[in-house]
Amino acid sequence: MSLLRIKEYSLAINGTEILHDVDIAVDAGQIVAITGESGSGKSMTALSIMGLLPRGSVNRGQIMLDGVSLLDASEAELCDMRGNAVGMIFQEPMTALNPVMTIGDQVAETILMHEKISRHDARARAVKLIERVGLKLAPTRYPHELSGGQRQRVVIAMAIAVRPKLLIADEPTTALDVTTQARILELLKGLVDEFDMGLLMITHDLAVVAGMADKIVVMQNGRIVEAAPTQTLLRDMQHPYTKALFKASGHKVTLPARADAPHLLYAKGVTRDYPLPRSGLFGARPSFRALNNVSFHIEHGERVGLVGESGCGKSTLTRAILGLEPIQAGEITLDGDPVFTGKKPNLTVRRRMQVVFQDPYSSFNPRHRVERLITEPFHLLENPPTSAARDAAIAAALRDVGLSVSDKDKYIHEFSGGQRQRIAIARALIIEPELIIFDEAVSALDVSVRAQVLDLIADLCKSRSLAYLFISHDLSVVRTVADRVLVMQAGQIVEHGATEDIFLNPQHPYTQALIAAAPQLPEISHAS
Amino acid sequence: MIRYTFGRLSSLVISLIVASMVIFLVIEVIPGDPASFMLGINAREDTLAALRAEMGLDQPLVIRYFNWVLGMLQGDFGNSWTYKTPVAELINDRIWVSLPLAVYALLLSTLIAFPAGIYAASRRGSAGDVTIIGATQLGVALPNFWFAMILVLIFAIKLRWFSAGGFPGWDDPLLAIKSLTLPAIALALPQAAILARVMRSSLLDMLGEDFIRTARAKGLTRRQALWRHAVRNALIPVLTIIGLQFSFLLAGGIIIEQVFFLPGLGRLIFQSISARDLIVVESVVMLLVFTVIVVNFAVDLAYAAVDPRLRSRA
Repeated sequence: MSLLRIKEYSLAINGTEILHDVDIAVDAGQIVAITGESGSGKSMTALSIMGLLPRGSVNRGQIMLDGVSLLDASEAELCDMRGNAVGMIFQEPMTALNPVMTIGDQVAETILMHEKISRHDARARAVKLIERVGLKLAPTRYPHELSGGQRQRVVIAMAIAVRPKLLIADEPTTALDVTTQARILELLKGLVDEFDMGLLMITHDLAVVAGMADKIVVMQNGRIVEAAPTQTLLRDMQHPYTKALFKASGHKVTLPARADAPHLLYAKGVTRDYPLPRSGLFGARPSFRALNNVSFHIEHGERVGLVGESGCGKSTLTRAILGLEPIQAGEITLDGDPVFTGKKPNLTVRRRMQVVFQDPYSSFNPRHRVERLITEPFHLLENPPTSAARDAAIAAALRDVGLSVSDKDKYIHEFSGGQRQRIAIARALIIEPELIIFDEAVSALDVSVRAQVLDLIADLCKSRSLAYLFISHDLSVVRTVADRVLVMQAGQIVEHGATEDIFLNPQHPYTQALIAAAPQLPEISHAS
Repeated sequence: MIRYTFGRLSSLVISLIVASMVIFLVIEVIPGDPASFMLGINAREDTLAALRAEMGLDQPLVIRYFNWVLGMLQGDFGNSWTYKTPVAELINDRIWVSLPLAVYALLLSTLIAFPAGIYAASRRGSAGDVTIIGATQLGVALPNFWFAMILVLIFAIKLRWFSAGGFPGWDDPLLAIKSLTLPAIALALPQAAILARVMRSSLLDMLGEDFIRTARAKGLTRRQALWRHAVRNALIPVLTIIGLQFSFLLAGGIIIEQVFFLPGLGRLIFQSISARDLIVVESVVMLLVFTVIVVNFAVDLAYAAVDPRLRSRA
């Protein structure tokens, strides 16, 4: 008998069908991965098992855990089950912990909920658990003193505190850096072996899935389209959606060839310090060096990738290049002109650069129409186009990114995530810049949408001489869209070189660690 | 924590110094001089000269400021022109009405607002929640003197449980508290309505947070998650409002003091302004500012007690 058995399970929330005839089985000691794009019903499946569905949910079918039917259980019985028989780990470690409670107390709480044990003994066990998940931290620390990876370990300690039979992990490493991700995945695997737990892992990252799971379940629009043991599935995909998903994950674009060209952007010895709070009342104000002697260049029409983990200074560099903030040392010039003059960006330089950010929704004013949104960069021009010329520019920008001219009268909420990112690119293109900075521009997108946006970027490179700096934590994406790669660590560029050289023969230990930690998508034949 | 307290404390001292300068200068910039303002245009030359001498107006501005501040530090607030008594005595009589009244009203308002806000948030959308929202709507809309009059009508005139006004002094503490009860309720009701709404919406925000979901996944019931995890996090905005309300209750009880014939600070300041007694006005305003700043300091310390993130920040 399976540990967890979901059978013909359907779920509707406020009348909308979310899940349809879902069948999943997890055995003890087994890792089962549910994968699919956003909106496929992965997380709702997990919340169904926990009995933590939002209001207005109507479900039918069967969820059996260790012989107990969860859909027939009372709320009190479910509370006994949660944290006890099933533990759960969430995507966002930064917000998953109570900010005003020590980590020791939060771990001990799980034990106190489910066992008759004194507070003192529960705390002692919490200390052991915190050690077991690989943290060398006092239990009296508060969550805000911990990094994302450390917090995720605390969440794991809470979830496994009373040795549940089943652990559910909902995108446990999506918000983490690759090296942290590798260590967390290893921890989870070790715990599964040690406790003989079943692990139901939900992730959109097929490379993670392929490396971890015994069995893969592929979901699309609330239905399971394919489910098989990992090796079988990788060898012989049946469903077109599964094939499309894997194809999009490993999507490669072909950039047009380019010849050497003169330097466009030139950065030399750039240093940026952020002041920190005073340590004493009269002491000197300490500072944090976010960029330390950073030098690099981008040629006309060159595609440069920048990789590094969170906090390494990628975003600070973006702001420095755009001339939004002063730098403490060094210089950044575009075709010889400084990007920052005195107190504000140099407009003549600024209009030749544009930026596309990660979150396509929050970077737009929701009350403006697309026409107004994409013409925002016109304020950088001395003589912005008017009437017919303006309409032509809008039409051209929208057409270039694969949208229709009629979209100009719509509002941003009427578009999907991928379309919004196209609009963000249209906004960047409208004043025909020579350099675009893509700051994690495809990181929030589903794999199939990401593939389309990457294709779009490659197409744009074919039709014009466009240089860009592509900033991403995702090595596989950078590998396909960049001619040259810069690797950044702790505010310094530790390695740079032609993309394939870096990936095939990394010299710096940090680059080697990054590449080793990145989960690999297995080679699969796409011949259908 | 020590550094945080020290930081807040130094900001308290700086606020007090700046506030005292502003209050002093505002009085000084009155056209003519304070003495002629206090006595009016028909004042006799010798009276004016006497007042000028008493206020020390013949001395330079800086000296007078320091004399004023040093005097206050020693409890000497000068002599009232209209009452002909030391201002310190005037304040001392009245602060023992206003301060207890404000604390009493704040206690009542918190005692009403916390349960109401928590109940409404935990049963969002229920009949109880809707009733509480409706009641707070009324509480915010209706002025406190209206409550005062209704309370007098019911409890003093009809039921005769309380006296309709006046204050017997603190010789008999029970009697004193009894006479402050109706005014405290009248003051507390509108404040409680505001506080309950803040508590409710702050809690609802917290209940939507990820860590509540984590708590539920550990096996806590909805109620346990609310009490153990949401309430403490929801306190931060609530504490801010409580701090503001105390300042309001201390000085803003003028109308309530009138309705209930209470000899409080509100009345004193109102009468001094009418009588153009700048010496009293200046000192009472400084006292109120002092209280507000000290209360804010207490609120800052309460923040730090609730939120460890503040403690570790400087």
